[in-house]
Amino acid sequence: MRLVRLNTWLSHATIKPAVWLLCLLPLATLVLRVMAQELGPNPAETLLRSTGDWALRGLCLVLTLTPLQQGIGLTALGRLRRLLGLFSFFYAVLHALIYVWLEVGWQWQEMWQDVLERPFITVGMLAWLLLAVLAATSFQAAIRSLGGKRWKRVHRMVHLAAWLVLLHFYWMREGKNNTQEVWYYVAVIATLQAWRLWRWYQRRSAQSAVRL
Amino acid sequence: MTINSSEITSQSFYAERRQYLKWLAGGAAGAGLGVWAQREALAGVPAPALAHVPSALPGTRTMEKLTPYEDATGYNNFYEFGLDKADPARYAQELPIDPWSVEVEGLVRKPGRWALEDLLKLSPMEERIYRLRCVEGWSMVIPWIGYSLAELIRRVEPMGSAKFVEFVTVADAQHMRGLKSRVLQWPYTEGLRLDEAMHPLTLLSFGMYGRVLPKQSGAPLRLVVPWKYGFKSAKSIVKIRFVEQMPQSAWMKSAPQEYGFYSNVNPEVPHRRWSQATERRLDGGGIFAPKRKTLMFNGYADQVAQLYSGLDLQRNF
Repeated sequence: MRLVRLNTWLSHATIKPAVWLLCLLPLATLVLRVMAQELGPNPAETLLRSTGDWALRGLCLVLTLTPLQQGIGLTALGRLRRLLGLFSFFYAVLHALIYVWLEVGWQWQEMWQDVLERPFITVGMLAWLLLAVLAATSFQAAIRSLGGKRWKRVHRMVHLAAWLVLLHFYWMREGKNNTQEVWYYVAVIATLQAWRLWRWYQRRSAQSAVRL
Repeated sequence: MTINSSEITSQSFYAERRQYLKWLAGGAAGAGLGVWAQREALAGVPAPALAHVPSALPGTRTMEKLTPYEDATGYNNFYEFGLDKADPARYAQELPIDPWSVEVEGLVRKPGRWALEDLLKLSPMEERIYRLRCVEGWSMVIPWIGYSLAELIRRVEPMGSAKFVEFVTVADAQHMRGLKSRVLQWPYTEGLRLDEAMHPLTLLSFGMYGRVLPKQSGAPLRLVVPWKYGFKSAKSIVKIRFVEQMPQSAWMKSAPQEYGFYSNVNPEVPHRRWSQATERRLDGGGIFAPKRKTLMFNGYADQVAQLYSGLDLQRNF
């Protein structure tokens, strides 16, 4: 009963705009901090790191939706999937933009060298490209033209992208043995994916039981 | 009655004195003066002044813009206090540094324990403005106060067999929360070749920005080796050991493929994970200041390059 009410509440017309605004909050905070010159001693690094953090947090959030929908029954959360996915990609775009602008100063050749020579940048770039494909095919027209089944298969790449992002984060931090924080995110992503595996395994055994 | 304007305590002097009182209160907080006082100390109240004269040594002056004090003391790598760059300023204040002494041992004719008070009086305090280049790709310009480490080394009389100097830093598990994590082997150690340690630019530092070192910057005494990456400049030193074999530094033990013994600033030798060709100068210049090219030996080639003639710097990174 409570669940029904929660789903009704989550389906309310104001929820989506509210979540949309919440997603912009980290950006708003960063912009305010830029204007107030409150980004700390290394402002470029602060911008680069916090946009990267929010892209990863967005991925964690979007991967939480399916377990909440199927596990708990919060089916109304499905409406937020695209929004949260695009929110993650939006911060990934800012992250890449800040990298190209403040780290490599639009020196494309230097950037290309970075991508080729530095594994942590290579995997970050790959993850970014995967997310770009997902974002580009996130609209109704794309779903229709790909067909639901194929579209779903393409969008399962989000799991691969999540691991590439974690690897990017880990390799960057490993250089100074500062990986503690990375492991929290690994735990979150791994838990969310373990739930899916467990669910898949259950469903499969249920199916084979029916066949017997 | 008239009051001469010179008799009025100037605002800046008044503010300075108040700051000093707060700092004292912060120091006493550990002894039980109350939590509020410690909070004041944590809020970045500067340390007391340390008398000094400008150094006459070549390479110790620069026209470059100084890094603001708040940035140099608020953005630190001092893993003993935590991994975040703001952690040292936040947590270092708990470290007791009085009394302090430095044990000199190994291949010297005059080993022994040096009290901090005696080290402070050992040689005149000079101010030297050095560039500090972190291996992570950022740099600062900092006015340090101290004297050449060579002053101490000469007094302890190294034997002919002493080829290297090892620095052991404080590992106080009770007051350094970072020791709980095993990111590095504690205590943190560093090392120099004896001729590097004897080089006049190698500074034994007790202060910065005209004041005694704040705890997050390595109080009460630290090393500053301006032509090497920042991690070579060991903080809060408790032991100096003269040895024959090249010592293993904490970072060498942790990641030998990435951190070599020399760790000279060298734009041509990339870190395994990132380029070292450029750096971001942290001088309060804002977000959009472009990065600058990193200089060989951090710009101290004229002074130190001859130390490495004939040495393959690609292999001996």
